[in-house]
Parts: sequence; C-alpha cells; structure tokens
Amino acid sequence: MNDTTPQNRPSAHQPWAQDIFDALRALDVRQAAYVPDAGHARLIELCHEADTIHTVVLTTEEEGVALLAGAWLGGQRGVLLMQSSGVGNCINMLAMVRECRFPLLMLVTLRGEWGEFNPWQVPMGQAAAGVLGEVGVAVYRVQDSVQLGATVAAAGKQAFDTDGAAAVLISQRIVGFKNWHAQRDPH
Amino acid sequence: MSALNRRTVVETLLEQRGDALLITGLGSTTWDAAAVGDLPANFYLWGAMGGAAMVGLGLALAQPARRVVVLTGDGEMLMGLGALASIAVQRPRNLAVVVIDNERYGETGMQETHTRFGVDLAGIGRAAGLTSCVTVADERGLRACVSRLYEPADGPALVVVKVDSQPLPMVLPPRDGRFLKNRFRAALGVPGATG
Repeated sequence: MNDTTPQNRPSAHQPWAQDIFDALRALDVRQAAYVPDAGHARLIELCHEADTIHTVVLTTEEEGVALLAGAWLGGQRGVLLMQSSGVGNCINMLAMVRECRFPLLMLVTLRGEWGEFNPWQVPMGQAAAGVLGEVGVAVYRVQDSVQLGATVAAAGKQAFDTDGAAAVLISQRIVGFKNWHAQRDPH
Repeated sequence: MSALNRRTVVETLLEQRGDALLITGLGSTTWDAAAVGDLPANFYLWGAMGGAAMVGLGLALAQPARRVVVLTGDGEMLMGLGALASIAVQRPRNLAVVVIDNERYGETGMQETHTRFGVDLAGIGRAAGLTSCVTVADERGLRACVSRLYEPADGPALVVVKVDSQPLPMVLPPRDGRFLKNRFRAALGVPGATG
C-alpha cells in the first residue's frame, strides 16, 4: 500500500516545482490543464493554490490541446501538463495547433528512461520527442532540475512569441523513478 | 427518426445568438453554420475531431462575460465524450453544447453512429453532471430550448437535436486556420490580435 502521509507524497520532494510555477506566472499563464502525474504533483498543487491560474483536470491529454486553443481564442495563455504516455494521445489534436499556429506550451515528465521499471512505459517515453518533432512541436529537454525554471521560461517565450508549440521534456532523472522494490517489499 | 431538417434547426438556433461566440465541429455542423452566414465570431474546426466541446470550454473560461455555443455532430461528440466530464467539473455558466444528431457519420458515407443504437448523449451529459441536458426531436421542443443557449444559467447546458439524415450540399466557410484564429481574436478585441 502506498504511503500517502504528507512527507511521503511525491510533491514533498519537488522543490523545483516552484521554479516552474514562477516561470508560468511570469509568462502570464492563466489556464493550467493536466492529467494528473506524480512528477507534476507539486506544480499541480501550486496551480490550484494560485488565484490567477485556473486549473482544468482532463480525462485525456488531447482535451487539453483543444482547451488551450479555445483559451487562446479568448485571449488567455495556458500550459498543458502531462507525462510522456499522454503525448501519444495528443497527436491528431496537435495538427490543429500547427495549422492554426496556436501558441502551446506543454510540460512533459518522461517515463520510459532513466531507471524505468515498467516496460509498458518505455515505447511511448522513448518515442515522445520524435513524434512531437514530427507534428511540429519544438522540443526542449531538461536533465537537471537547476535548468527547469529557465527552460520553461524560454520554451514559453518561444511558444507565445512565435505562435507555435513547444514542449519541455523533463527527465525521470529529475522527478525520480518509482521505488518499485520498496512498494513491493517494504522490508 | 426525427423530421427536423438540420439547416432549418441551425438557422433557428442561431437567429437569436446576438454576440454569442460560436465553435463548430468537424463536418456537417461547420457547413450548417456557414449556410446561415460566415461571421468573425465563428471558429470552425476543419479537423481535430472530438475537440469542439473542449475548445468551447477553454474559450468560455477565458471569456466569462460572453455566451459560448459549441455546435457539433453526434459523431464528433462521441469521439470526445470525456469532454462532458471535464466541462461538468468546471461548471461554466456561459457554455452550451448543441449536438445536431442525425445518427450518422455524414462525411464518410452516412454510416450509423452509436446514437442510432440508443446511446443517449443527453443522458451521458446528465450523468456527468452538466446542469441542463435535453433531447428535442420536433419544432416545438426546438423552440423551447433556444433560450437554454443564450440566457444566464447556473451551469453548462447540453442540447441534443435529433434531425433527419437527408444529405445536404456542403457550404464551405474559410478554411485557413490561422486566418480564422486571427479574425476571431480581432473580433473579440483580444490584445495583440493581429487581425
């Protein structure tokens, strides 16, 4: 059974989420859409607590691409949070982003690399950067948490200044891999 | 089978739109809206099947003082059913989704959709928690539901209008996505819109 006491939640170990959040605020992001992900846990909490950012929980990531197109039509900037499995769900909707030149900022926590334990996560995690590139999304990669704030700021600037899509791929090295052995055998 | 004609239905629904903003789904509802008249406050999806309701939600959240109407077909709505759950959670008071339901995939050979076999979109919306969900299949019901689209509400509305499956000529609005986007934002007076 997972331990959900506050100090053991994923969000308790993600101080760098504040750097991302500060970058999003500076970019004037007003809508944060997400499919819940442990790697974004603290950032999702911060977005919920912020009175200037409206959070939208999605049933699938492609909803968020459409949502943020609508937000932009209405004059608001947004951010879409997901893990790499969600990238695959977005591909056809991203065709609209490309055709219409909607600005879109995506923050993707990677699975399927850096110590992954679940083989089912590997194919989409490894393919995420390639398929995003194929559909016209500029890809930024982050391996070190120190770079997160500046990278999100740069990707967001590119997206909103060029009317294009940019994704920041956040390595599992930063968010940590699931401690599968500890969960299977606490002793 | 309903005897309502989709073009007449859409004309009836839009004639009282005032300054409401309109999102249409891929396929016949885009042709229906264009047949009534192309306007800058219309944004047509020429692709992105399953995305119309969520584009409407993002717009409704960004423009809470404006009425937002999503006009889409049963096939397009079926591809994005999760949107009804996401809209229900947000409870926007200025959003109405209209499904023009001919029980067919009209652009691909009029194959039957799930609604032909009894799948109840208004029932799904009701179960998801949308505030106001109704299915209408005749002129009287249609007239009675128009107010749901434009009058202040406690939450989002879903109106399913059963129509006949008679094929109609395509009426094509502009299809350059960037043009449609910039024209829409300029019409709204969004800062930075390039027109």
